[in-house]
Amino acid sequence: MKLADLAGLLGAEFVTGAEHAEREVTRAFAADLLSDVLAMVQEEGVLLITGMTTPQVVRVAEVMNMGAVLFVRGKYPTQATVEYAAGAGIPLLAASRDMYETCGLLYQAGLRPAKRKGFRLDLPSGPARPAA
Amino acid sequence: MTSPQAPPALRLRRIYEVAPRDLDRAGTVSTEVRRELLALGMSPDVVRRASVVCFEGEMNMVLYSEGGRIILLVKEDRVELLFSDRGPGIADVDLASQPGYSTAPDWARELGFGAGLGITNMEQNSDLFKIRSRVGKGTVVRATILLGVPFF
Repeated sequence: MKLADLAGLLGAEFVTGAEHAEREVTRAFAADLLSDVLAMVQEEGVLLITGMTTPQVVRVAEVMNMGAVLFVRGKYPTQATVEYAAGAGIPLLAASRDMYETCGLLYQAGLRPAKRKGFRLDLPSGPARPAA
Repeated sequence: MTSPQAPPALRLRRIYEVAPRDLDRAGTVSTEVRRELLALGMSPDVVRRASVVCFEGEMNMVLYSEGGRIILLVKEDRVELLFSDRGPGIADVDLASQPGYSTAPDWARELGFGAGLGITNMEQNSDLFKIRSRVGKGTVVRATILLGVPFF
């Protein structure tokens, strides 16, 4: 899905990187927990959907070579973060919809989940429970 | 004449200081490391794995340590990342390495870190991984990514 189409579908705006509006993102990962993004996403060019707006979000997106970052719930990054993203060539988009609705609309439009890395937390018994 | 046992030639060495609790700059060493590896023409897989290992290690140093340094070594056959901090050290490394185990304070969790996946993720992205720690002294990690070795 092109970023321009994604923005139109969600009513999202380009915070920076509008010149990359024709860039394609084929898969997405949604999380506020950056630890999970770092540990679970294995593909490149993935769309990161998040409500976190710290500078580290953009740095994670950069080191993992992600396609774009979409902020949800009306969150907006600071000017320093925006400038950093512009310098790193990572488009930032902002939507007022919440994460659930955003993901639902994008899934319905054909955007599929990023392939997950096989991980030790993937226990045969199901979700990992906290260590006692 | 070069003997077969000669150590691989060093292509690049960089030393980065990491300040404790400096959240504005946390992650910038990793983005620098990524740029250096891209400039050397490393494969996307190697760049991504090294960057992720570096980011996890750097965040651990910023969030939990009293500061330290990260050394990037690029040799003919490998990329090495050496992390060393000035303390406080990890009492039980095996426990700290367990997925899901975390001692992160609330402020670290509010930033999206502290899920207890860091050390595991570093290990999973490395071909060779060694961690040593002593309480009161500090922690040293050596993560090695071998070039030209398939990664699954």
